[in-house]
Amino acid sequence: MTDFEPVIGLEVHVELRTRSKMFCGCSADFGAPPNTHVCPVCLGLPGALPVVNRQAVVYAMRAALALHGEVAEETRFDRKNYHYPDLPKGYQISQYQHPISTGGHLDVHRPDGSVLPVRIRRLHMEEDTGKSLHEGVPAGQSGVDFNRCGVPLIEIVMEADVHSPEDARLTLQTLRTIILYTGVSDVRMEEGSLRCDANVSLRPAGTTAFGTLVEVKNMNSFRSVQRALEYEVRRQTAALEAGERIARETRHWDERRGITFSSRSKEEADDYRYFPEPDLGALRIERAWAAAVSATLPELPEVRHGRYVAAGLTAYDAGVLVEDPPLGDYFDRVSGVAARTACSWVTVELLGRLNARGESIGDTRVSPEWLADLVRLVEAGTISAKQGKDVLDVMVAEGGAPEAIVRARGLTQISDEGALSGTVREVLAANAAVVSDFRAGKDKAFGFLVGQVMKATRGQANPALVNSLLRKELES
Amino acid sequence: MSQPQLWEMPLHALHRLLASGAARAEEVCAAFWDRAAEQDPHLHAFLSVRPREEVLAEAAAVDRARAAGTALGPLAGLPVALKDNLSTAGWETTCASRILRGYRPPYDATVVSRLRQAGAIFLGKTNLDEFAMGSSTEHSAFGPTRNPWDLGRVPGGSSGGSAAAVAAGLCPAALGSDTGGSIRQPAALCGVVGLKPTYGRVSRYGLVAFASSLDQIGPFALDVADVATLLGAIAGPDPSDATSARVAVPDYSEALQSDLSGLRIGAPRELFGEGVDEDVRASVAAAIDLLGELGASVGECSLPHVGYSLDVYYVIAPAEASSNLARYDGVRYGPRAAGDDYVSQFAATRGEGFGAEVRRRIMLGTYALSAGYYDAYYDRAQRVRTLIRRDFAEAFERFDALVAPTSPTVAFPLGSRVEDPLAMYASDICSVPANLAGLPALSVPCGLSNGLPVGLQIIGPAFGEMTILRVGAAFEQASDFQGKRPPMAVLGG
Amino acid sequence: MAISAADVRHVAALCRLAIPREQEEAVAESLGRILEHVQRLQTCDVEGVPPTSHVGELGDTLRDDEVCPSLPQEVAVANAAAARGGLFLVPRVVDGAGAGQG
Repeated sequence: MTDFEPVIGLEVHVELRTRSKMFCGCSADFGAPPNTHVCPVCLGLPGALPVVNRQAVVYAMRAALALHGEVAEETRFDRKNYHYPDLPKGYQISQYQHPISTGGHLDVHRPDGSVLPVRIRRLHMEEDTGKSLHEGVPAGQSGVDFNRCGVPLIEIVMEADVHSPEDARLTLQTLRTIILYTGVSDVRMEEGSLRCDANVSLRPAGTTAFGTLVEVKNMNSFRSVQRALEYEVRRQTAALEAGERIARETRHWDERRGITFSSRSKEEADDYRYFPEPDLGALRIERAWAAAVSATLPELPEVRHGRYVAAGLTAYDAGVLVEDPPLGDYFDRVSGVAARTACSWVTVELLGRLNARGESIGDTRVSPEWLADLVRLVEAGTISAKQGKDVLDVMVAEGGAPEAIVRARGLTQISDEGALSGTVREVLAANAAVVSDFRAGKDKAFGFLVGQVMKATRGQANPALVNSLLRKELES
Repeated sequence: MSQPQLWEMPLHALHRLLASGAARAEEVCAAFWDRAAEQDPHLHAFLSVRPREEVLAEAAAVDRARAAGTALGPLAGLPVALKDNLSTAGWETTCASRILRGYRPPYDATVVSRLRQAGAIFLGKTNLDEFAMGSSTEHSAFGPTRNPWDLGRVPGGSSGGSAAAVAAGLCPAALGSDTGGSIRQPAALCGVVGLKPTYGRVSRYGLVAFASSLDQIGPFALDVADVATLLGAIAGPDPSDATSARVAVPDYSEALQSDLSGLRIGAPRELFGEGVDEDVRASVAAAIDLLGELGASVGECSLPHVGYSLDVYYVIAPAEASSNLARYDGVRYGPRAAGDDYVSQFAATRGEGFGAEVRRRIMLGTYALSAGYYDAYYDRAQRVRTLIRRDFAEAFERFDALVAPTSPTVAFPLGSRVEDPLAMYASDICSVPANLAGLPALSVPCGLSNGLPVGLQIIGPAFGEMTILRVGAAFEQASDFQGKRPPMAVLGG
Repeated sequence: MAISAADVRHVAALCRLAIPREQEEAVAESLGRILEHVQRLQTCDVEGVPPTSHVGELGDTLRDDEVCPSLPQEVAVANAAAARGGLFLVPRVVDGAGAGQG
C-alpha cells in the first residue's frame, strides 16, 4: 500500500486593530448593535467612494516586515468581483497583481526542538465583509449586518511547506505570536480576528508531484485546524486507497460532527474578474516610510527565542516565554539572577500561584524586581527554597518586598554550623535504627534523616549545610 | 427688441439683477419654476421638480440674507438643475432606472454641497439614459427627453435632460456627467455650452458611478462665462474622493478674453474623418477659420491611435460598469423581485430592474473581464488607451488646444438608433478620446445646420480648463450663434 | 466573434442577471456584433506598452485613522425592501455558501 504525504498550504486572514475601517471613517469596533457602524461607503450606496486608511497600510507593512517580506515600492488595489448578500458592493476591494508585500518566511519551533521553515508567498490588504445572522429573523430569512464590512484585513498566503496537521497548527500558532508582537491585531481565532483556510492535497510519499487541492474553511480554533486537517488527510487517504479521484472543491469543517463537507457547487466556479480598482490610484511606498515603520518593530519572537536559549533556557522554556509576551517582558525584568533559575520562579512558582488565584502577570502585586530579590535571598542561602516559596505566597497574596517579609516573620535560615551540629547529633541519636539502615546501604534513609533535621528546625535549616553535616557525622 | 424674460437670461445677467436689487431671487426662481411647469410636459427634461413653495421659500431666504447685508456666494438665489445620477440627501435619485426607484440617498454628492454652499437653489433632477449609458436619453426607464429645437429629435445623451432644460430656459444652469461625451454631445445637440473637466478636477463623490476611470461631472449653461462660474464653484480636491486632484483652483473668470493671439490651436484630422456629417464638418471648419481671425495660429495635427477610441471605450466602460452595477441587488435599496433563494432573487431583481442597454453593457463588461478573455479585451484596451494618451501628449507639445466636432451629426430623430447599439455608440466617436485621456473638453455652439445646432469641441491638456474656456469665450463672442434659442413656436412659448 | 447561448448563460450567471431563455439568442447576437467590432483592438501593436488603469497621478490620498459619525441605524436601513431589528433581510443564506473569506 502507498504511503501518502499531506501537502498543506495555509491562507490566513488577520483583522487589523485600527480605530476606523479600511476605506471609511466608521468605527471598526466589534459588538455594536447591527448596522450602527455603517455609512454610504461601507454600505455600498451608489456614488460613495473609498479612501485608504493610512494606519491600515502601516499595520500591513509592520506585519509584512515582521515576516521578512519585501514591501513593494508601489502597491495597488484591485476589485475581486463576486455576489453575496454580505458583500454590499458586489466586489471586495483587495490586492491581486501588486500586493503590498511578497516573499518572507517564518520558523516553526516544534516541541522536540526541531525547526520547520515555512515560506510566505505574499501578504495583501483587503476589506472584511458583513455578516449574515439567522437568529431573531423570520423563518427562511437571514439578516445582514454590515458593521464588520470594511474592517481592514491582511491576508497572508503561505507556500505549501507544511506536511502534517500538527505542523499546520504549530505554524499558525507561530504566525499568531509574530502578529501579536507587531501589535497590529488581537489575533483571536475565537473572535474571528484570526482566520485560517487551508489547501490540502496528498501525494505518494517521496514524490514531488501535487495532488488535487481541496480548500478547507471554517476552522475556528488552533485545535480545530489540526482536527480538520487530520480528518481531511484521513478522508483523502481512504478515497485514494479506494481508487477514487479527489474532487477539487471547497469543504467546510463542522466542529460538532468532526467532519468536513463539500460546500460549493461546481457551476459557481470562481471567476473573480479581478481588475485594477479605478477609485483608488496606485500607492507609492517611499523607502523612507518603510524604513520608519521597520524601525518601530519590537524584538521579534524568533530573536527573543534565540536570546533566551543563548542565556541558558531550554527551547521549551524559551517558547513558553516567547508565546506570552507579557510573561516574557516580566521575565526580562527579573534581572541579576541566573536565567534558568529566574525562569523557573516566573513560569512555575509565580505563574502557578497567579493561575490559582485567577490573576494575570499584568496585574500581580509581585514586581519583577522583588521577585529577583527573592531569588537572590534563596540563592545566597539566606532563606531556604521552601522558605522562599512561603515568602512568595505572602508576596502574591499581600504584596511587599521579600526582605521585609523575611524579617517580619523571622524566616532567616539557620546556616550556623555550630548551631546545627547539635541538632544533627540529636536526630542521629534518636534514630539509631535508620542510621544502621543507611550504613547497610539503604540510601533512602539519608533523606529521612535530612527531613528530621528540617522538622526539628521548623524548616529553617540550610538544607545544603544539613546535608554536609549529616554526611560528616555518618561517615565519621 | 423687447426686454428679455427672466427665463431667457444667463446666470451672470440674473446675478447682476439680484445684486443690483432689480430683481429678487424669489421672482427669478418663480420664473424658471413656472416656465418648467409649462414647458416640461413637451420635453420631459425633468424626472422630479421640487415643490414650488419649497423652492420659493429658499429663494426668499436668500433675498432676506441679501437685504440684511450677509455675504453671499456667487450663485446665491440662482436656480440650478441636477442630473439624476447625483446623490441628493432625502431626494429621490433614480439614475432613470427602475432599480433605484424610490431610493433616497442619506447624503449629498460633494458637488451638490458645493453648489449649495455657493448659494444655488435646486430646481429639479434631470432625465438621463439609464445609469448614464446612452447618447440620446432614450434609454431612460421613465421615457425619453425631447430636443427643444425639434421635438421629434433626441437631445443627445446621456445628460439630455440637463441640456434640454438649459436650452429651453427651464433653468439657467445644470450639472451633468460625462463618461464618453455625455455632457458635450447633448450640449452640442441642444445648442448650449457644456464642459467636461479634467479627470480629477471635480470630485465624483456622490455621482452614481458608471465607469469610474472615465466619469467626470461638469456644468451646462448658456454661455462660457456661466460655465466658468459653475466650474469654479464645484472644482477642487475632495478628501472623500481619492481620485480628485490636489491641484489649486484658479479664478476661471480670468479666462474670459476676446483675443486669442499667441495661442496655437491644432485640428486632429482623425476627428474630422469618416462618419462626420458634411454639414458638421463645414460648420466646424468655419469656426476654426474664425479662431484664426481672432489671433490664434491654427494647424492640422494627427492623433494616430485615436481611431481605436470607440473600441477601447466599449471594452473599458462596460467592464467598469459591470462591477459598479454589481451592488444593485435589492438588499439595501431599490425594489426587489420575488425569488425563493438569494441567487434567483438577486438575478430576478437585476433582470427586471435594469433596462436592455444596461443589461447589455453589464454582460459585455462581465465577458471582457472573465477568465480567458481579460488579456484580449480589458488589458489590451488599457494598453491602447496608453497609446491614445501618448498621442495627445505629443499633440500638446505643439498646440495649446485642439479643436474638433463635438458630435459627428446634429440631433437625430427619436427612435432612429435606439435598436442599433453600434449606430448609437458611433455618436460618441469625437467625444470619447478626451475621456480616455482624462482631458478637459468644452463644447460651444458654432452654428446651425438645417435649423439644428452644431457643436465645436475644444480639448485642452490636463488642468488646461483656463485655455479652453478662453478659446470658447473668444469664439462665442465673435460667433453669430450667440443668443440663439430654440424657436418658440416649437415649444408653444 | 460568435457568442453562444451557453456563453450568455455563463456570463449571466457570473453577473447575476436573469435572462429569459427566449432572449438568449438575441443577446448572444447583439454581444457578438459588439465584440466583433472591438476585435479591431487586436490589430493595434501594443508591444511593450503599459496599460492605463488611472489617468491621474499616483493616488497618495490617504486618510488618518479617525472615527467619524456613522449613519443612525434607522437611516441605514430606510431604503431597504425588507428590514427588521436593524438588519437587512434576505432569503436565508446557507452557511458557508459564500465565495468570500469567512
